[in-house]
Amino acid sequence: MSELRAQLREWGQALLRRRDAFVNRLPPRLRSLILRLAPVLRRWWTRLLAFALIVIGIVLPFFFTPASGCMNATFTALAFAVMSLGMNVVVGFAGLLDLGYVAFYAFGAYSLAWFASGFFFKAHLHVVVSPVAGTLAGIHLNFVLILVAAAIICAVAGTIIGLPTLRLRGDYIAIVTLAFGEIIGVVAVNGQSVHLGSGMTLTAGNFGISALDAPYFPGIGSFNLLNLRPWYWLILGILLLVTFVNLRLRDSRLGRAWIALREDEVAAVSMGIPLVRTKLLAYAIGAAMGGMSGAFLGAYHTVVSGDDFQFGFSIFVLSMVIIGGLGSIWGAVLGGMLLGYINNYLIPDVLNSVPSKLGLNFPLTEVEFGIYGFLLVLVMVLRPQGLVPERRRRLELTAEVAAEDAQLVEAQG
Amino acid sequence: MEGARPAPSPYILSLRDVEASSLTERMLPAAALRPLAAVREAVGRWGLIVALAALPIYYGIRDLVHGYQAGFVAGHAVFQHDLTRLGFNLAQGLANGSIWALIAIGYTLVYGIIELINFAHGDVFMIGSFTATGLWGTFGLGLATGPVGVIAGLVLTLLITMAVAGSLNVLIERVAYRPLRGAPKLAPLITAVGFSFILQNVGLLWRGGSPQSVSDLVRQGRTVFSISGVPIVRGYILALAVMVPLVFGLAWFITATRAGRAMRATAQDPEAARLMGINVNATISLTFLLGGMLAGAAGLVYALYETNVWYFQGFEAGLIAFTAAVMGGIGNVRGAVLGGLIIGVIQALADSRMGPQWTEAVVFGYLILIMILRPRGLLGEETREAG
Repeated sequence: MSELRAQLREWGQALLRRRDAFVNRLPPRLRSLILRLAPVLRRWWTRLLAFALIVIGIVLPFFFTPASGCMNATFTALAFAVMSLGMNVVVGFAGLLDLGYVAFYAFGAYSLAWFASGFFFKAHLHVVVSPVAGTLAGIHLNFVLILVAAAIICAVAGTIIGLPTLRLRGDYIAIVTLAFGEIIGVVAVNGQSVHLGSGMTLTAGNFGISALDAPYFPGIGSFNLLNLRPWYWLILGILLLVTFVNLRLRDSRLGRAWIALREDEVAAVSMGIPLVRTKLLAYAIGAAMGGMSGAFLGAYHTVVSGDDFQFGFSIFVLSMVIIGGLGSIWGAVLGGMLLGYINNYLIPDVLNSVPSKLGLNFPLTEVEFGIYGFLLVLVMVLRPQGLVPERRRRLELTAEVAAEDAQLVEAQG
Repeated sequence: MEGARPAPSPYILSLRDVEASSLTERMLPAAALRPLAAVREAVGRWGLIVALAALPIYYGIRDLVHGYQAGFVAGHAVFQHDLTRLGFNLAQGLANGSIWALIAIGYTLVYGIIELINFAHGDVFMIGSFTATGLWGTFGLGLATGPVGVIAGLVLTLLITMAVAGSLNVLIERVAYRPLRGAPKLAPLITAVGFSFILQNVGLLWRGGSPQSVSDLVRQGRTVFSISGVPIVRGYILALAVMVPLVFGLAWFITATRAGRAMRATAQDPEAARLMGINVNATISLTFLLGGMLAGAAGLVYALYETNVWYFQGFEAGLIAFTAAVMGGIGNVRGAVLGGLIIGVIQALADSRMGPQWTEAVVFGYLILIMILRPRGLLGEETREAG
């Protein structure tokens, strides 16, 4: 392994030497121009890359038929990337292991189900909805309003979930959030027996709330499932927004406070970081992102049923963040999209028949959570920093090894 | 806010005492702290006890005042105004609780020694159940087997199941936790969750996705005797009869043997234990072995008592048992047993009064309540995590 790495480094250096030689042989005027442009290019190339990726992302749907399975897998993967980014704020930045993230998926999906369907049939409220939905009973809000509502509801829920964990750390936070997630799941399944008066209930249990309004924008019309392109652009827009928020947060005062709390709580608090506010903001912001993605997925699935919100989903989202690299924004996006594709394309469409070809009598989709569990163990044992490690964490991991070596030397000497 | 934290007094030995009250410290001047800490301590302990007593007392009073429907005589509902139904809940709860106690001990032992929630522990219990019921088939145990054959077969099954579950737990520690001993604390927790899912899917492939009934070898529903109208069935006696000797055996092992002393030393301070010549890795493996063995025993009892098994039982049981371990005070074996019995009673009450679909929510509600009121549990000392 180390030999391979040394070999690679040698090749890389040889390449650099050849490049320098090439630049030196150029005419002086061209050479000075290149030397002057190089630092600028180096600074801009990440931005150029991001720009190119965004452009590719926007034009990508034109290469697929409007309702292909590939489109479906792609924008579901984008929705998972949004969730993964939200989880990354809580687990990656602030270091609070949240095993109840499914609760925010549930709140997001239910805010859509409540506010964009005839479920609360006694109410009549219509705000910028399609002409068809405008005639129906129930609450019908525009999708943008629902996104905002989902974000606010989830932020409040996240704060409430965060409150009892303030005095706790590590494993205990994981368990309390897990308990909350499970309670939300149980309530979603049994919400039929929670009566809100005049014949309305909290949820429709396992039957699901259906006949949800598709997103509608004036001038564009209602989205439908025959043309998946608008859905794709919508979730791409949400992803870009959330990624931007994530990037700005990471470099903000709040982001640095989170990282400080993650690294050493006592030291951070004694430096004057407000513990309560910082932790609760992490929960709230992470939750809000999950809620937006949940509302989108709820609208796309056209039915929100109580048994969608299982503990396994929290682990699924956690796997995205871990595989991508804890605390790394690009890692979270990559991990979310990777597991999204694995979940929606690779396992059900490509590899599903592998066990039966091997003479085993089960479809691979049955054990998908086992596969995610295996990936978690594998990544944690072999590459704990993830696919795209956060710079700070990478330094930390190598610095730790160095410190250990130093200790060993000290002990021997 | 401007009042700096009081300087730690020289007799504070570990970080945990300083961290414990950091919130209150920052809100109040140092002089006001001592009485407040006492108040908080009292509110925590008594609040938890009140919360725990609330359910049985509420339902007891309701039974006495409003009565409950005890059955039908000649087409008319018969109402009773006594505590028999509550007694029935208690008996059933203690029997359930014995199983949760056995699993909770596994959590508490492992947490006590390496401060890790062994998430896969519930699934080890599930694999124990599956192994046990699989062995019945191998031994040819069935409803037609005579009493001597059943007893001999079950004892043999118990031993093999304990060995299998114990080794599985040791294996998990070897593969998933030991390589991460020096890593950040999040890492082993994540592999634990991963292993939990792997085991669940093994169970899913082994026995299918729905609960499977297994033969009722001990006729668990047969009443042995009754205490003032509350029938005590064989299943209850079986659960207690397996739990009590195992717990006493474990207590003896931990307190009286050399290996047990090594375990306690490692739990207190792994580094010092290593310097004293204790093989820390072997001791940790031993702890996982013991926890896994108890989970295996619990798996057999569960199969006999519930007469069905399914792959998801481990996840549910794991969370309930973890709640029990936290309630009793994590790291404390007596606490785990006490917590197990209490949670068993809460579960039985919720099952019978609110309907089993709400039980999970009730148990987790209690878990959150414990975390708010008294994170260290009923009998526990403060740990570094919960302060």
